[in-house]
Amino acid sequence: MLESNKDSAKLDAMKRIVGMIAKGKNASELFPAVVKNVASKNIEIKKLVYVYLVRYAEEQQDLALLSISTFQRALKDPNQLIRASALRVLSSIRVPIIVPIMMLAIKEASADLSPYVRKNAAHAIQKLYSLDPEQKEMLIEVIEKLLKDKSTLVAGSVVMAFEEVCPDRIDLIHKNYRKLCNLLVDVEEWGQVVIIHMLTRYARTQFVSPWKEDDGLEDNEKNFYESDDEQKEKTDQRKKPYTMDPDHRLLIRNTKPLLQSRNAAVVMAVAQLYWHISPKSEVGIISKSLVRLLRSNREVQYIVLQNIATMSIQRKGMFEPYLKSFYVRSTDPTMIKTLKLEILTNLANEANISTLLREFQTYVKSQDKQFAAATIQTIGRCATNISEVTDTCLNGLVCLLSNRDEIVVAESVVVIKKLLQMQPAQHGEIIKHMAKLLDSITVPVARASILWLIGENCERVPKIAPDVLRKMAKSFTSEDDLVKLQILNLGAKLYLTNSRQTKLLTQYILNLGKYDQNYDIRDRTRFIRQLIVPNEKSGALSKYAKKIFLAQKPAPLLESPFKDRDHFQLGTLSHTLNTKATGYLELSNWPEVAPDPSVRNVEVIELAKEWTPAGKAKKENPAKKFYSESEEEEDSSDSSSDSESESGSASGEQDEGDSSDDSSEESSSEHGSDSESASEVGDKRTAKRNSKSKGKSDSEDGEKENEKSKTSDSSSADSSSEEESSSDSESESESESESESRKVTKSSMLPVMALFVRERGSKRKSQIILSKEKEKKKTKQDRNPLTKDVSLLDLDDFNPVSTPVALPTPALSPSLIADLEGLNLSASSSVISVSTPVFVPVKTHVLLHRMSGRGLAAHYFFPRQPCIFGDKMVSVQITLNNTTDRKIENIHIGGKKLPMGMQMHVFNPIESLEPEGSITVSMGIDFCDSTQTASFQLCTKDDCFSVNIQPPVGELLLPVAMSEKDFKKEQGMLTGMNETSTVIIAAPQNFTPSVILQKVVNVANVGVVPSGQDNIHRFAAKTVHSGSLMLVTVELKEGSTAQLIINTERTVIGSVLLRELKPVLSQG
Amino acid sequence: MIHSLFLINSSGDIFLEKHWKSVVSRSVCDYFFEAQERATEAENVPPVIPTPHHYLLSVYRHKIFFVAVIQTEVPPLFVIEFLHRVVDTFQDYFGVCSEPVIKDNVVVVYEVLEEMLDNGFPLATESNILKELIKPPTILRTVVNTITGSTNVGDQLPTGQLSVVPWRRTGVKYTNNEAYFDVIEEIDAIIDKSGSTITAEIQGVIDACVKLTGMPDLTLSFMNPRLLDDVSFHPCVRFKRWESERILSFIPPDGNFRLLSYHVSAQNLVAIPVYVKHNISFRDSSSLGRFEITVGPKQTMGKTIEGVIVTSQMPKGVLNMSLTPSQGTHTFDPVTKMLSWDVGKINPQKLPSLKGTMSLQAGASKPDENPTINLQFKIQQLAISGLKVNRLDMYGEKYKPFKGIKYMTKAGKFQVRT
Repeated sequence: MLESNKDSAKLDAMKRIVGMIAKGKNASELFPAVVKNVASKNIEIKKLVYVYLVRYAEEQQDLALLSISTFQRALKDPNQLIRASALRVLSSIRVPIIVPIMMLAIKEASADLSPYVRKNAAHAIQKLYSLDPEQKEMLIEVIEKLLKDKSTLVAGSVVMAFEEVCPDRIDLIHKNYRKLCNLLVDVEEWGQVVIIHMLTRYARTQFVSPWKEDDGLEDNEKNFYESDDEQKEKTDQRKKPYTMDPDHRLLIRNTKPLLQSRNAAVVMAVAQLYWHISPKSEVGIISKSLVRLLRSNREVQYIVLQNIATMSIQRKGMFEPYLKSFYVRSTDPTMIKTLKLEILTNLANEANISTLLREFQTYVKSQDKQFAAATIQTIGRCATNISEVTDTCLNGLVCLLSNRDEIVVAESVVVIKKLLQMQPAQHGEIIKHMAKLLDSITVPVARASILWLIGENCERVPKIAPDVLRKMAKSFTSEDDLVKLQILNLGAKLYLTNSRQTKLLTQYILNLGKYDQNYDIRDRTRFIRQLIVPNEKSGALSKYAKKIFLAQKPAPLLESPFKDRDHFQLGTLSHTLNTKATGYLELSNWPEVAPDPSVRNVEVIELAKEWTPAGKAKKENPAKKFYSESEEEEDSSDSSSDSESESGSASGEQDEGDSSDDSSEESSSEHGSDSESASEVGDKRTAKRNSKSKGKSDSEDGEKENEKSKTSDSSSADSSSEEESSSDSESESESESESESRKVTKSSMLPVMALFVRERGSKRKSQIILSKEKEKKKTKQDRNPLTKDVSLLDLDDFNPVSTPVALPTPALSPSLIADLEGLNLSASSSVISVSTPVFVPVKTHVLLHRMSGRGLAAHYFFPRQPCIFGDKMVSVQITLNNTTDRKIENIHIGGKKLPMGMQMHVFNPIESLEPEGSITVSMGIDFCDSTQTASFQLCTKDDCFSVNIQPPVGELLLPVAMSEKDFKKEQGMLTGMNETSTVIIAAPQNFTPSVILQKVVNVANVGVVPSGQDNIHRFAAKTVHSGSLMLVTVELKEGSTAQLIINTERTVIGSVLLRELKPVLSQG
Repeated sequence: MIHSLFLINSSGDIFLEKHWKSVVSRSVCDYFFEAQERATEAENVPPVIPTPHHYLLSVYRHKIFFVAVIQTEVPPLFVIEFLHRVVDTFQDYFGVCSEPVIKDNVVVVYEVLEEMLDNGFPLATESNILKELIKPPTILRTVVNTITGSTNVGDQLPTGQLSVVPWRRTGVKYTNNEAYFDVIEEIDAIIDKSGSTITAEIQGVIDACVKLTGMPDLTLSFMNPRLLDDVSFHPCVRFKRWESERILSFIPPDGNFRLLSYHVSAQNLVAIPVYVKHNISFRDSSSLGRFEITVGPKQTMGKTIEGVIVTSQMPKGVLNMSLTPSQGTHTFDPVTKMLSWDVGKINPQKLPSLKGTMSLQAGASKPDENPTINLQFKIQQLAISGLKVNRLDMYGEKYKPFKGIKYMTKAGKFQVRT
C-alpha cells in the first residue's frame, strides 16, 4: 500500500505501522518503503513517517541517510514550524554519521529569527550531546548564545540543555541571571521547574547564607536543626551583620507568585527554592501552597508528603497550623497513611498531643493492620519525644495488649519494650502482665521482646522470671531463632542472679542450644556456657559475667525515618528514594564569602562597581583618590540631603542623586587608580585613561568624606560601624563612606528592579517579616519603589536639585540606566550594548540669554545619558535661572516647531522660580539623527520666547562597549561608501593617547574600544535614533600625521563628525 | 528527562509504548509488575520505583498505569504532573480515557504524545494548542476522513504557541457568545462517632466554559473575595490585579478550562449540610449484627440535598447483609464487602433510613472497629462557603455576551466515623 499513488492508501498503511510500533511489534523490515514517503506532501503521512523514522533510524542507519536531504531542505523552509519540526526529527535520528550536519543545523537554528525554532534548537542540543559527547565544547558555545536569548519560549529549554550538558559551567549563568529571574513568571510551566532548580543551585554557590546567626542560636536551642554548616556560618558571620544581595532578593521575590501555579511541580520547585535559599523567616509562606497540593492525585500527595515530612522534622512550626490537613482518612492508600502519620508525629508537641492521641486511637482500630501497627510505633515515638505524655501512652499501649489482633499486640509489645527501656522505673506490673501474654502471643518479635524485658528486669520480678524460663525451656525447640536467642540470654541472666533456682534449667537450655540447627544459636550457647558456667578453664572473664550481661543498656532512640533525608535537595528524585540518583547534583553549602556579584551585571564596562554586600567589604578600597571639582561639590550637597532621604520623606530623586554621585565616583576612581592600586576594581575591565583633571588633594578629599560619613552614618544602622576597629582615620572614613555609598547604590538599584518586576506584572507587596537588623533597610527598600515609580513618571519630581552653580547633575546615574537596560529585554543586540559615557563635557550652551528673556536665563547641556523618556531621544538638561528680583511663575514649553519626524518630550511646568533661584529640568528630544534645529517656545506666565536647540553631531551618539574583535568585524562590514577618512597633521605632543582620548570624547559621545596596538585608537558609538554604529579610528602615522577614519551607515553624520573632529585633533 | 512511556492495563498487559529517546526494552516493566504484586492493591503501588538502571514513575488513573521510564535525576513531581496532564489530554480528546479508546485511536494518541514531548521534555501541553495541531476525532470527522481521505492533522499552524497569549488561538468565532462559570465547592470532612466535626475544609474551583468571539478580556469580581484563603490560577489570570484589587482579570482560553481553584481554610467554620445517625453493633456471641443508618439535612440554607450516596467498607467478617431502605436502592458486594446505598434526594419530612441485620462469619470474633461511612451528595445553587460572584465584565470586544453563573456544593472526601 505504501507504493500506492493514493494518499489515503498510504495513510492507512502508515497508521497500521504506527499501530504496530505502539504495540511494541517490530516493523523495521518496512523501513525502505516507509522512508520513501518522507517527502510526501501530505502532512499527516509525513508526520507518521517521522514517527517511524525516529523509532527505527538507529537500527537502519544507512537507509536513514536517504531522508536527511529532505530535512536539510525543510530547514530552509520559510515556515518556522516546518523548520522547527525538521530540526526536531533530524536531531532525533540517532545516527552518528550525521553529527556534523546536526551541529550545523543547530548552529543555524540557534540564530533563527523565530523563537520557536530556537527553542527546538535548545532541545536538539541535548540530543546531540547524548549522541556524541565529543561535541560538548561546540554545544556549550551554542548554549551560551541561547542563554542570552530574551524569549520566554527559549529560556526553559536552554536551561534544560545547560543542566544536561554543562551543569558545572555556572559562569555562563552570571550574565543571564537577572534576565532569567525576571522572565521566570512568563516562561511555560515546565521550563519554570527546570529554571528554578537551576537557580537554586546557582544561589547556593553565589550568595552568602541568609540564615542568620541569632536565628541559628535560637533554633539550636530548640534543637530544630543541627547541621554543621550552621555552626560554620555562626563563626564566620559573627561580626558582620548580614545584608542580602539584591540579586538574591530578586530571585526570592520573583518566584513567589509561582506558588500559585496550578502545576504541582512548579509549586514544589518554588517550595524547595524557599527552603534552601530564603531566610528562615520567610520559608513559612510555602506551607500553605504545599498543603493545597495535598488535594490532588495520590502520586502528587505521595511526593509532597515526603517532602513535608522532611521539612517538618526541622521546622515544626511551619506546618503546625495545618495539622488537621494531615489527618488520615480511611480511604487513603496505605503509603499515604503512613506518610501522614509520620508528619503528625513530627508535628506533635505538648500543646496538641492530646488531640493527636485521640486521633491515633481511631487509627489503631483501623482495619488496615499495617497502618495500625505504624500508628503504635508512632505513639511510641510521641511518648519518647514528649515526656509529659509518656505515662498516658504507656497505659494506652498496655490496653492495646488485650487487643484481639495479634499484629497490634506484637507491635505494642515491641514499643512498650522500648519505652520501658528508657524508663527503667517501677513498671513491674506491666512486665508481669506481659509475662502472662507470653502464653498467647505467637509473633516472634513480640515474644523475644518480652523475654528480653524479663531478663533485663529479672531482679524486679524474681518470682515470675524463673517460671517463664521454665515454660520457655519446654517449648525451646519449637521457637523461632529470634526467640531462642532471647531464651538463652534470659537463662544466662537468671543463672547469674538467681542460680539457685535456675541452674539446672539454664544448663538444660544450653544443652538444647548446643545441638540447634542454627549456627548462631550454637555459637551463642557456647559463648554463654564459657562465660557463666564456672569450670577449671574459665578465665578472668567469667568474673565479670554479671557485669557483662546486666550492664545498663542505653535506651534506643526512636527516630524518624526521614531524619537523614535532609541532605538531599527537596523535591528531587534522590530525596524521594533516599539514595543518590544518577545525575543528581549536590546542593553546595553556602559560600563563606560571596563571590564577586558584579559578574551578574549585564554590561561589562560601566558596572565596574564591586559592591560586595556591605557588611562583607573586608578590604578597604584605596582607589578613590581623584575627584573632579564638580563631583566634589555634588558630594557635599548630596551628603546633606542624605539624612533627609533616610528620614522617611525621602523622594526618589535623592536616591538617584546619591547613586549617580556614587557611580561617578566609582568611575572616576576607576580611571584614576589604574596606575595605582586598583586592587579589586579593575579585574576584568579594560584599562581606561582618565581624562579628567587630577590633583585634588587627598587630605581635603578625606575631610569632606569624613563629614559625609558622619552625617549619613548616624542615620542608618550600618555595617560600616562594625569596621571601626581600624586605626587609620582617614582611610577608615573613606572606606566607610564607600561602603555607605555602595549600600545606597544597592538600595537604589533594588527599586529599579522592583519597578521592573512591577511592570512585568508580578510585583507584589512584600509582606515579609524581617528580623530587626534588616528592618530598617527593608523599609527603605519598600518605600523606595513607590517614590521611584512616581519620579520616573512625573517629571516634576524628577530633577529639582537646585544647585546654585549651573552644574547640571546627570539625571539618572549611568549605572542605573545600564541596569535598566540589563533588565530590559528589548535591549539591542549583544554587540551593540550601550555603555556609560567616558566623559561628560561641562560645556553649556545658551538657550535664552537673560537680556532677551527679560531676566529669565536658560542654558542647556547634554548630559550624555540614555534618555528616560524614549530610547530614541537625546536627553537635554536645561538650567533655568531667574536673574530678576521677582518670582517668575509658570515656566513651561509652549508651541513647538519641529522638523518632520522630530519629537520632543517636554518638562513639566515649573510653578514658580524664586528670585536668584535656579532650577534644572530635563527633557528628551528625538533629533532623528540629524543636526536640524529643534525650535520651541519657552513661556512664562507673562511672556513667550522662541528658543532653539541645535545638537552638535557628537551628542547624537551613545557610546557603545565592544571588543576589538567585534569592532574590526563591524568595521569590515562598513567599508566602501560607508567609510570616510582624512589625514590630520599636528604636533607630536598632541598624539599621546590621553590627549587623543580627551579630544575625541570631548567632541563626541563615544565609547573607547580597547586596542591592542599603541598607535591605533578606536572609538565606538551608535546613533541615538536609528541605532546604527559609528566607528571612529585614529591611526597614528610616522611623523606628525594621523589618519582619522569613520565608518558608519549614516554617512551624512559620519562626514559631519569627521569635519568636527579634524580641527579639534589637529589644533594645538 | 522522560525516556519512554508504557501504558499498562489492570491485568498487567503493556498495550502501548512510546519512546522519545533510544528504545528501552519492555522488560524494564518487570520491576513494576513485581512492585504491583507486592502492593496487592493498585492504589498502593509506589509511584516511584528504582531499578538498577532506570527509575519508573507511575500514575494510576482510569484503571490504567501510566509508567514513565527515566534515567537521571529529575524532580519526580515534574514527571508525575506531566503524566497526569497526558491523561487529562486524552480525556479531553476522546471523552473517556480507557484502554479500548486508546487502542482505537492509537494513531492520534501517538501524534499527540509526539507533540507533547520532545526528547523527553514537555513541548506543548496546553490542550488548546494541541487541538490545533491535531484535531480530536469526532464521528463526523471520521466519516469525512474515510470518504475524502483528508486527515486529522491540522494543516493550519498553531498560532497560539507563538503568540503573546499562548493559551488562546486567534480568529475564534461564535454566533452565540456565551460565558458560563460554575462555582463548585467540595467539602472535605471527618465527622467522629458522636457527630462532632474533627476536621472540615472547603475546596472550591471555578470551571469556565467560554465561547466568545475574538480576543475578549474578562474581569470577574467577587462580593467577598477575602474568603479565598489560598488560590491557584490558570496561567491566563493576571496575578498582579488579583494581588492589588482581588479581581480576576484574564483573557480566557477558548472552551472549557479551570479558571481558579481555591481553598477556604479550616479556620473558618464550615457548615456541614448533612448528618448521619448510625447504630452499627456487633455482638460477641451471636453471628448477627445490627445495622441502622439515617441521613438527614442540617444547615442547608433552604436547599435540597440531592444525589446522596452512602458507601461503606464493611469489615471482613461480614458475610452478608439483609437490609431494607426507606427509599432508594442498596447493594452489598460480598466479595469486596462494599455496601452502597443510593439514596437520591433527602426529604426533610421523611428522613431516609436503612435498617437491617448483618450476618457474620460463624466463629470469628467481632471486628474491633465499626466501618466508616463515606458520603456523597450535591446541593445545587449553593456555595457553602458563601462565596458570591459580584459581576463579570468584558472588554476588548463590542458584542454583548450571554453570561451565566452556577453554584454547586458537593461532598469531597466526606467521612463519618462510627
